[in-house]
Amino acid sequence: MNLTLKIWRQDGPTARGELVTYQVPDISPDMSFLEMLDVLNERLNAEGKEPVAFDSDCREGICGMCGLMISGDAHGPEKTTTCQLHMRSFKDGETITIEPWRATAFPVLRDLVVDRTAFDRIIQAGGFISANTGAAPKAEAILVPKENADRAFMAAECIGCGACVAACPNASGMLFMGAKVTHLGELPQGQPERAQRVAAMVATHDAEGFGGCTNIGECSHACPKGIPLDVISQLNADMRKAKSGRL
Amino acid sequence: MATSTLPASTPAVRSSIGLKLLMAGSGLLFVFYVLAHAYGNLMVLGGPDAFNNYAHHLRTLGEPMLPYSGFLWVFRLVLIAALALHVYAALTLWGRANGARSTKYAVKKAAASSLASRTMRFGGIALLLFVIFHLLHLTTHTIRPQGEQPTPYANVVNSFDKWWLVLIYAVAVIALAFHLHHGIWSAAQTLGWTSTTAARRNAKFLAHFIGSLVPTAFLIPPLCILFGIVD
Ligand code: FES
Repeated sequence: MNLTLKIWRQDGPTARGELVTYQVPDISPDMSFLEMLDVLNERLNAEGKEPVAFDSDCREGICGMCGLMISGDAHGPEKTTTCQLHMRSFKDGETITIEPWRATAFPVLRDLVVDRTAFDRIIQAGGFISANTGAAPKAEAILVPKENADRAFMAAECIGCGACVAACPNASGMLFMGAKVTHLGELPQGQPERAQRVAAMVATHDAEGFGGCTNIGECSHACPKGIPLDVISQLNADMRKAKSGRL
Repeated sequence: MATSTLPASTPAVRSSIGLKLLMAGSGLLFVFYVLAHAYGNLMVLGGPDAFNNYAHHLRTLGEPMLPYSGFLWVFRLVLIAALALHVYAALTLWGRANGARSTKYAVKKAAASSLASRTMRFGGIALLLFVIFHLLHLTTHTIRPQGEQPTPYANVVNSFDKWWLVLIYAVAVIALAFHLHHGIWSAAQTLGWTSTTAARRNAKFLAHFIGSLVPTAFLIPPLCILFGIVD
């Protein structure tokens, strides 16, 4: 396949960036999207030019490190992570625009790499449970009903990649937060801190500069793990109950 | 574990979810209001007596416990307060959303969102402008294309025999339809009533049902007048 790429290049956090056009010939449809970028970078290296900076780690769709806005779709046209996206999802001769996640809370560090530590700070504010460490408790010591366990697992699939924020017209982090609040709120272990958790996470979310949700649904559509919009409803309900002292 | 410093706490009501709850609560009040208003408008189809009686009855409602027009004024004050909160929350959230993405995408697809959801803000402004026009037209009679009229019924009938006035109202009703289709579902979601797939489906259904029913009911009287079915 022969492709034209328009890639956001930016030297540093405060530098001005721009879209730069590259021609990449002879791409196999079986390559992953990141392998295609690796091919481009090898060539740029050989030419003595600065390679394109982008994030990745596991390349198995489980760590949440990768994430690119690909021709206007977060993680590209398939429901998966950028590392699990293959070039067969594109047409020969296609022009692909590649941009970093755009959110004030996710400042660009370089080229396509953004700083997502705002998510870490939301987790630090409330995305934890307090438990005694040491002797592992018996697995059956705390029973969890099947439906709650299933729902907690569904929400726990969130890998924190930030596609929800990237796709949201308001750059809101509420699908991420909803997934965490649902994940811990469905389990007995998550109950003691439930009210503080939601209040602290929402306060941090707002302070980090994420926008508010308008229930549009772009987040859930972009989510590589298919986290449904109803976790935001659960987040809203928890916040309302926490603030009226009913949680 | 390293603990992060707590962010400066804003009052809960000014948090993004607090503002959303304000939008949802005031919005639901408007939903009940437009349901009642659309129902009241249909009295026009009953002829001059039915409609004039209805208009008179609205003013004597609650008498003698309340003074003449008392109920109407209480109702209006509640609506004005709700409108102020709705607009305040909307503008604050709009401003924050703009700030949350200071650099726009060169290419961005709207892959999943409905047209109704994407037109909430500008549709809301259109509705606000229309409400002002509507009050000047049929409440204060400051704008009076129908001329001086003796009764509420005459005011209505001699207004909507003009095509351009019907057109303005029809456009506003379509904006309302969009606003309701997304707004009702959105309010349910914000109030946290849609945490299951079934609840979400029901909320969407209700939003589409009321969002179609109210605009239809609003359009019937002006169209009937325009086409001479009522005169
Ligand atoms: S690199 Fe780990 S999810 Fe893509």
